[in-house]
Amino acid sequence: MVCRDVMDRLSPFLDDELDPVASREVSRHLESCADCAAAFDRRRRLSESLRRDLEYHRASDLLRARVVRDARAAVGEGARSRRAAPSWRWLSVAAAVVAVVGGTWWVTTLPREHADDLTAREVVSGHIRSLMANHLTDVASTDQHTVKPWFAGKLDFSPPVTDFAAAGYPLVGGRLDYLQGHPVAALVYLHHQHVINVFVWPAATALERFTRATTHQGFHVIHATHAGMAYWVVSDLNAEELASFARMFAAPPAKPS
Amino acid sequence: MTREIRPETGSPERHLSPQELERFTECVLPYLDAAHNLAHYLLRDPYEAEDAVQEAFLRAIRHFDGFRGVDGRAWLLSIVRNACFTQLRRRRSGGDKVEFDEEMHSLEKEESEPEADLSSTIAAESVREALSQLAVEFREVMVLRELEGLSYKEIAQVAGVPMGTVMSRLARGRKQLLVALRAGAKEND
Repeated sequence: MVCRDVMDRLSPFLDDELDPVASREVSRHLESCADCAAAFDRRRRLSESLRRDLEYHRASDLLRARVVRDARAAVGEGARSRRAAPSWRWLSVAAAVVAVVGGTWWVTTLPREHADDLTAREVVSGHIRSLMANHLTDVASTDQHTVKPWFAGKLDFSPPVTDFAAAGYPLVGGRLDYLQGHPVAALVYLHHQHVINVFVWPAATALERFTRATTHQGFHVIHATHAGMAYWVVSDLNAEELASFARMFAAPPAKPS
Repeated sequence: MTREIRPETGSPERHLSPQELERFTECVLPYLDAAHNLAHYLLRDPYEAEDAVQEAFLRAIRHFDGFRGVDGRAWLLSIVRNACFTQLRRRRSGGDKVEFDEEMHSLEKEESEPEADLSSTIAAESVREALSQLAVEFREVMVLRELEGLSYKEIAQVAGVPMGTVMSRLARGRKQLLVALRAGAKEND
């Protein structure tokens, strides 16, 4: 094989795509020809550099959630039209604007808020953070049997994790968050375009509670306690749907809500 | 040699059976990261990339009954790349109409151009920059080969071109990168 032929085959040789005969010939030539060997070396180094230096752009949690939702929406007869409504980036832009405007308001009205309101605000901030920081889930899984064990060892309680996909609220994952000075479980659900965060931690009271939706910074917040757990459910989903979702969560159908 | 892409005209709703969803989750969903990575490099715009991937997945869901093979990655990536090229054509139809021409620039001239000496380490930034300047058809095969580690056969399946074209695009893509890196290095001297 002459230099010209070898030069033509350096790339497939590097990729191990030559047939064994050609591969042997190129190999033999490279041992004795400094020019071709140098050209091959440049390609090998280039390849190494590409593999090392190019960023691998993984899908964001939100994109994963969108895709999972689309796939699930395609199952069964109940599947409604699932064309993407407004793009999700507007949701985060809106959230950012609300965060800035809402933040100012917080400072000026803080003294008048009582405990629940303060918690609700913290919950909303947690929700916004989860949307903005591209950190919706630490464990992205639609499988409750994956999400629940994930929390074990990270929290000193075990949050109940249920997938409500059948009702149109698929679980998309879980996350550790920090509220009220404690690590808490954040469960992430989707309903159409809306992300729902459910923050869970042990309740301070044994009383069963279920508050009406309050609005903070444009997000709806529902608080419930059930079976020793406190739930804070937050989303930009409308209050009625959020309430029916929260009822599934905090008060299973077996019990009157 | 542009490949025809069927326009999506509000095709009838396709429902997956629960078994199909399971298979979809097993064979296709794991390649979401690969899909996004490819779209990101082809479109060079994070928002368009996300939209193209979601669009591609909707198509994949709709046409999942057409998925016979075992290679969910190549199947998905070919849908993704088609969605991206459709998007690129949409962009171009607004401005310049330069279509890719395999024979554009004389091969001989290209071959005689000097290459960068890579004996010292190349700056990561220069490599990224050089890749982003490649024609999208070259960038595509480089990403599929170097980042996804696909074989020529798989790349041919994804890009919808013969294996010989994959081989020549990779060879030329590498050549162009080496030439660009040398030009970049000289500027910095």
